[in-house]
Amino acid sequence: MTAASAEPPVIRLSGLAYTYPGPPPVRALKTMDLVIQRGEHVAITGPSGSGKSTLLNLVGLLDRPTEGTIEIDGLDVGAAPERRRAAVRARRIGFVFQSFHLLPHRTAVENVMLAQIYADVPRRSRRGAALAALAQVGLDQRAHALPTALSGGERQRVAIARALVNHPSLLLCDEPTGNLDTATTNELSDLLAGLQQEGATLLVITHNPAVAERAQRRITIRDGHLVEQAGAALAEQDGARSAGGIC
Amino acid sequence: MRAESASRRHTGTSSRLHSRDLAGEALAGLLQRPGRSVLTMLGTVLGIGGFVAIVGLSQTASGQIGSTFNRLDATQVTVADTAAGKASTPTLDFPPDADALADQINGVIAAGVWWNVPFTQAAVSSRPPADQTGQTGQSGQLGMPVIAATPGALTASGAVLQSGVLFNQFHESRDQNVAVIGADAATQLGIFDLADQPAIFIQGQPFTVVGIISGDQRIPQLNLGVSVPESTALRLWGPPQQGATAQMIIHTRLGAARVVARQAPIALRPDNPGLLTATAPVSPTQLQHSVTKSLNTLFLALAGIALLVGMIGIASTTLVAVLERVGEIGLRRALGARPVHIAAQFLAESTALGLFGGLIGASLGVVAVLAVTIYHNWTALLDPRIVLAAPAAGAVIGLLAGLYPALRAGTVEPADALRR
Repeated sequence: MTAASAEPPVIRLSGLAYTYPGPPPVRALKTMDLVIQRGEHVAITGPSGSGKSTLLNLVGLLDRPTEGTIEIDGLDVGAAPERRRAAVRARRIGFVFQSFHLLPHRTAVENVMLAQIYADVPRRSRRGAALAALAQVGLDQRAHALPTALSGGERQRVAIARALVNHPSLLLCDEPTGNLDTATTNELSDLLAGLQQEGATLLVITHNPAVAERAQRRITIRDGHLVEQAGAALAEQDGARSAGGIC
Repeated sequence: MRAESASRRHTGTSSRLHSRDLAGEALAGLLQRPGRSVLTMLGTVLGIGGFVAIVGLSQTASGQIGSTFNRLDATQVTVADTAAGKASTPTLDFPPDADALADQINGVIAAGVWWNVPFTQAAVSSRPPADQTGQTGQSGQLGMPVIAATPGALTASGAVLQSGVLFNQFHESRDQNVAVIGADAATQLGIFDLADQPAIFIQGQPFTVVGIISGDQRIPQLNLGVSVPESTALRLWGPPQQGATAQMIIHTRLGAARVVARQAPIALRPDNPGLLTATAPVSPTQLQHSVTKSLNTLFLALAGIALLVGMIGIASTTLVAVLERVGEIGLRRALGARPVHIAAQFLAESTALGLFGGLIGASLGVVAVLAVTIYHNWTALLDPRIVLAAPAAGAVIGLLAGLYPALRAGTVEPADALRR
């Protein structure tokens, strides 16, 4: 908690729980606490149905917790009005999805610029920032290609550029390599690790042990509980430890 | 990077969507599937185009009928001396300078007073009566109508001069014994040449024939009989009597008849306008209108159905687009769009579809009106307000059609949408 005194953590989850409304109600996430500091690279692994996606939706402000609080950059956004949550999504969170979610009729740079529309970025500065983000992921040469003309790895790089373009506090990656082959997966893992070197905070949800290994902190989620596997200096998950799950 | 993100952190706590971005996104959405957008617009194009074409053609057609076939009626006003018809003694309620008074009304081309001089048997002859014993019905005595008319009445009646001249204000003011006779009357009387100033006798009174008219459109009696100046008739036979009353005929400019009819009694008898009654014929335009109206209603109903179908088309296409683009909706929500932004985008797309449909429809409608007009050699008449209102109507239809799909799009759960 030494760094926390200087600035608030990127993510602080306190007593977070989520129950899918029934019938019958399903308690997907049991009470959990998690703190992620700025500049950390955290991987969350776990079997299907363990609650990974639910956690991602809650941290990404796509869904609201039934219990507990979520703070992002020190802002309590768990119960904030949708207007504020949308603003936090636009400016502080960059999403990377397994299935890329690129608009097929728009070029790479136009796809990146889509993220700037809702973040109130002035029109004049959009294209330059989008091209810079593409350069950051090594795709400046393909800026004007349509997604259909790009390989899977290139498409995911466009998606990462889109996530980076508004300089978010947190990069939230949901199975970023799930649709990619091994070689491309390694390239992408290198890219994500490189982004962390440049100061980005990453929360990566993945099945792939090779991708998870690149993170300093690896957390396993099992039956709705968190289990910290290594470098547990900063997080406290008493409930999860008592469950004793080992992946 | 850190510094920039820190500065950005203070810019607003709510996400927003600028109207230019909204328009851009909506347009991009439509252009993604241009073929489908065009097909979707078709109903609106047909509906709006039909409306414009029907209204334009009906306006044009009634305008043509008014100006060509019924031009004569549309430019004529009759002022009747109603008080004289009820009076027990012969009266003439038109003032002596009625022609001049009527001419001052804006829109009047010519005006004049006339009446039938009511002889029981108007005896007209080209020879002097043999002697005063009078052998009526004998040699050369012909019964024909005698008309008292002011010079203005002859002009306003549209009489066509065959030879000689019409009597004028000079003859009128001096109540001279001059006459203008119709071509038929001239033949009966055996008068063919006016060079030697032939004379005729009406009830024994000699008149000089100054002109022969060959056709008259408004007062047919003039063709058959003898017309004499009003003042002469008054001097010899007094004001109109035995049921015959004076009336004024006014030739007006096209479109002025109704206004002139309102003003004429007051202009002629400011002291007692109630003595006179002016009638403008039922506007042939209106008559035509009421006939074609029922037909137009049918066509307008068809256009309305096309418009309704177009609206349903836009609604269903937009709904399909919402379902197809659930992933995109989820992405946009993740990128910071609020439900209202998503709804606004789909609403803007459907409104744009309606607007473009309306624009194309209005253009095609105008082209259709022009094509028919040119084919018939008519003058196109189309209220510009209708042409301007058509795209707006299209936009409103698109807006209404998009309401439900936009509502659906706004309520899509981003977490579910992104999982697909």
